[in-house]
Amino acid sequence: MEEPQKNTGDKELVISIRDLHKSFGGNQVLKGIDLDVFQKENMVVLGRSGSGKSVLIKIVCGLLKPDSGVVNVLGKEVDQLNDRDLRELRLKVGFSFQSSALYDSMTVRENLAFPLVRHSRHLTKKQVTTEIESVLNDVGLMQTIDQMPSDLSGGQRKRIGIARTLILRPQIMLYDEPTSGLDPITSIEINNLINLVRVKFNTTSIIITHDLTCAKSTGDKVAMLFDGKFIQQGTFKEVFSSDDERIRNFYNYNFIG
Amino acid sequence: MYFKKSRDRIFSKKIDQFFIDLNDGLQFVLRFFREVFKPPFEFKEILRQCYEVGYRSLFLITLTGFITGLVFTKQSRPSLSAFGASSWLPSLVSIAIIRALAPLVTALIAAGKVGSNIGAELGSMKVTEQIDAMEVSAVNPFKFLVVSRVVATTLMVPMLMCYTGCVGMLGSFLNVHQNEQTSFISFFQAAFSSISFLDIFSSLIKSVVYGFTIGIVGCYKGFHASHGTEGVGKAANASVVLSMFLIFVEEILIVQITNSLR
Repeated sequence: MEEPQKNTGDKELVISIRDLHKSFGGNQVLKGIDLDVFQKENMVVLGRSGSGKSVLIKIVCGLLKPDSGVVNVLGKEVDQLNDRDLRELRLKVGFSFQSSALYDSMTVRENLAFPLVRHSRHLTKKQVTTEIESVLNDVGLMQTIDQMPSDLSGGQRKRIGIARTLILRPQIMLYDEPTSGLDPITSIEINNLINLVRVKFNTTSIIITHDLTCAKSTGDKVAMLFDGKFIQQGTFKEVFSSDDERIRNFYNYNFIG
Repeated sequence: MYFKKSRDRIFSKKIDQFFIDLNDGLQFVLRFFREVFKPPFEFKEILRQCYEVGYRSLFLITLTGFITGLVFTKQSRPSLSAFGASSWLPSLVSIAIIRALAPLVTALIAAGKVGSNIGAELGSMKVTEQIDAMEVSAVNPFKFLVVSRVVATTLMVPMLMCYTGCVGMLGSFLNVHQNEQTSFISFFQAAFSSISFLDIFSSLIKSVVYGFTIGIVGCYKGFHASHGTEGVGKAANASVVLSMFLIFVEEILIVQITNSLR
């Protein structure tokens, strides 16, 4: 079922989620999620580990099926799409995994070429190389082009993971814990890269994190997920000026420990 | 009373799980047949897998095939000599190797080496989200990972079987030549005089079935791996155990069918 993309003000609604429920066995992870993400917006989903943040974006890109609810991406209801249409939609959605998920048996060049040559079979070898070099320059890792993923640091792997999604020029970027396991300086570099990607590639993003620094520096809006539901949505300032004890605790533990 | 109920529940759960797994396995096989003839074809990956399955197994296959032929001849000689029938050795060995030993030895070696490799490789790709990464970049991971590997094992195991047969016969010839000074030509004339087209054809069919089994079981177990690194080990182990079990079941069935055709 297709739905026309709505306009709210001058911005187009790109992702719309309504009353989303998802459970695994007896464990109900998402209990009625509503979320709107507008064009070129960076939406940060904050929450504790195991609160269902990653499940949410896996449903958005069709990796998981919801139990109930509606997930509309670029005007298409994700769980109603057939394989072919879902593949077409996925070309417009980039997913940066928490573990980077680089293909171990391939070099950085082959990792980047892998999706590109399968979707643009008309490209010559030279054009493929130009594309690869272009995105590697964007993420600042041109020197790693012939290295294996096992030779890269955690931060470099994250950047290459992002580069691999950018090579297909997606309209939407989904980042799963982009700064987890990284030192503060590398985290700042990744945050800057997320902002750069939005400007350079005109992407709309959902950023899943529990890192408040990341949320503050990348998010236009923040949605706080707690116990399977959003308890607050708004700008970073609006959310963290709330009197809700759960939000205050989350803020205090993040910054004060 | 309580224990009986809980035991019954566990038993019925296991039966349920068996049928769920069986259904999953059949769906996986059906999906393979749906995808294998559908373009685009991953020729480059199929060739790479053929190299991995075929060329990389050559050393082990050569060693095992040669020793099998040599030892089988050595062990059979005393029994045949007791009846003054040691001249039948080439025929006996060729029948044993072509009909049974070559396909079975090749399949078991491939199940151990290739099956575990496929199970572990796909298992680790699954638990490190590399398969999901393919899926979200709109590449069909089933086509790239499963179809290419199953096609490669289905093509290469019969080739390896022919090679095992040749090497096994060579091992046997060396033993016969050492003891009876039989020439190369007379050994192979005697050996092939008792081999029929059906023997070779049924061995080829067996190897195709074994190759398909090794590939599909390894891919299925790898594709459904879970629970981190422990799951990868389990997937590799289960690939070997299940494919060996299925190979023996298939051996019995195919032997029954070919014997009824003789």
